Amino acid sequence: MSINAADTAWLLVSSALVMLMTPGVALFYGGMVRRKNVLSTIMMSFAVLGLVGLLWVLYGYSLSFGPDKGGIIGGLDFIGLRTVGQEPSSVYATTVPHLAFMAFQGMFAIITVALVTGAVVERMKFSAFIVFSTLWLTIVYCPVAHWVWGSGGWLAKLGTLDFAGGIVVHILAGVSALALASLVGPRKGFREKEPMEPNNIPMVLLGAGLLWFGWFGFNAGSALTSGGLASSAFVATNTSAAAGAFTWMILSWIYRRPTVLGTATGAIAGLAAITPAAGFVSPLMGIPIGIVAAVICYYCMLLRTRRGIDESLDVWAVHGMGGTWGVLATGIFASVAVNAAGANGLIFGNAMQLAKQLLGVAVVWVFAFAVTWVLGKIVDVTMGLRVNATEETVGLDISQHGERAYGGMLR
Amino acid sequence: MKKIEAIIREEKLDAVRAALQNSGYYGITVSEVSGHGREGGLILQWRVGEYKVDFLPKLKVELVVLDEDVARTLNAITSAARTGEMGDGKIFVLPVENAVRVRTGEEGDNAI
Repeated sequence: MSINAADTAWLLVSSALVMLMTPGVALFYGGMVRRKNVLSTIMMSFAVLGLVGLLWVLYGYSLSFGPDKGGIIGGLDFIGLRTVGQEPSSVYATTVPHLAFMAFQGMFAIITVALVTGAVVERMKFSAFIVFSTLWLTIVYCPVAHWVWGSGGWLAKLGTLDFAGGIVVHILAGVSALALASLVGPRKGFREKEPMEPNNIPMVLLGAGLLWFGWFGFNAGSALTSGGLASSAFVATNTSAAAGAFTWMILSWIYRRPTVLGTATGAIAGLAAITPAAGFVSPLMGIPIGIVAAVICYYCMLLRTRRGIDESLDVWAVHGMGGTWGVLATGIFASVAVNAAGANGLIFGNAMQLAKQLLGVAVVWVFAFAVTWVLGKIVDVTMGLRVNATEETVGLDISQHGERAYGGMLR
Repeated sequence: MKKIEAIIREEKLDAVRAALQNSGYYGITVSEVSGHGREGGLILQWRVGEYKVDFLPKLKVELVVLDEDVARTLNAITSAARTGEMGDGKIFVLPVENAVRVRTGEEGDNAI
């Protein structure tokens, strides 16, 4: 295949858009924690740009997208980008340079690791986080990316659909977040119901805005071409984000007042849910997908809070459950009229597709929880996952990074 | 000389400042403080549900007045800062040993 300039331009722009989502996550999470932990929270995401940005070109891309080994993992042929060059790949995104596809996928790996951090902010040791993230990318992310998107991956062959990462990004991050939070344990004062007041809600909104903006690259870019399918995914994405934001706003209004924090959260829930579906469903399906996502995520967050689990920034409730709903919704609303490479869903008479989606969800839930738990446990017994009590009280900005977010002569 | 420390509602600052000016005092120091009296804390909303903040934002107005002006000043602040609801604040009066005007070196009542 020859290189198509429009497709290449769109995929490179999309890669840059997805890159911007990671600082977006940093600000989204950073605004929600207490004043003394702003920088450590932001740093967890930003450090991933450095860490995974390296690991991906060294071996991550090869494990995920290298020539298939038994449907489970990619081979080592692309180690250090060997043979990944300016010519298109013969199997992935065949109208753009292989390097562009590799870069686009790398941004997904980065943001997925960054998403997990929301579970353990304000208490996880930074050194342990770096080690855990390296292990997690290698042993959890790369195999699952191969199963779902790799040529020859077993879920891909089975026909489980995941357009832009409902399984690979959101379920994986959300369920792993739950496992890691259960190992790290709650923040000091969480059980005593000490107020954990967000330090900067405008920063949360800025982060949510960058995420929403970047998500166009994430979802519409996943068309891997710049034509009609990208446009369809783009509109579906915006519609679901709008439906999610509006629905959460109403839910919080019914409860008491329409909050900024809730509306921003609803947008992210809608975006997470439309991710696997964006290029398989007609754009208007963004409405039911976004509305139901907000309702599910809202009540899962309530459930999580009532169970006394300190999965601090609700990665599971928003990304895990939003992603789960989205993957199942793909099995309900998908249509070959939108994307011939997809399938028909339940409402178009193909109940089997929903079963395939359900299988993908179940397998990845179990795999993500179990393997993350084991990896976390290994890091815990060897180097410890948590900072000590004094470091936690002082705050991780000073104890882990020797900086503080808000300077000034006093305070 | 007496020092007057008044903890007031944030939204009452303009009214208090105007009342103090009308009673002849122009120099005040204002700071943002947090605390609670009998009214307790403040309920705010999280992404779902609520949480309680124990300390409410208030302003502390400080000024030093001549002994004979204390009653008049207290009256000015009280009537300007009052809403009648819980949380209107409190005023404390403290003795002051001396005062110095930095520019001229004047001391005592002359420095106020």
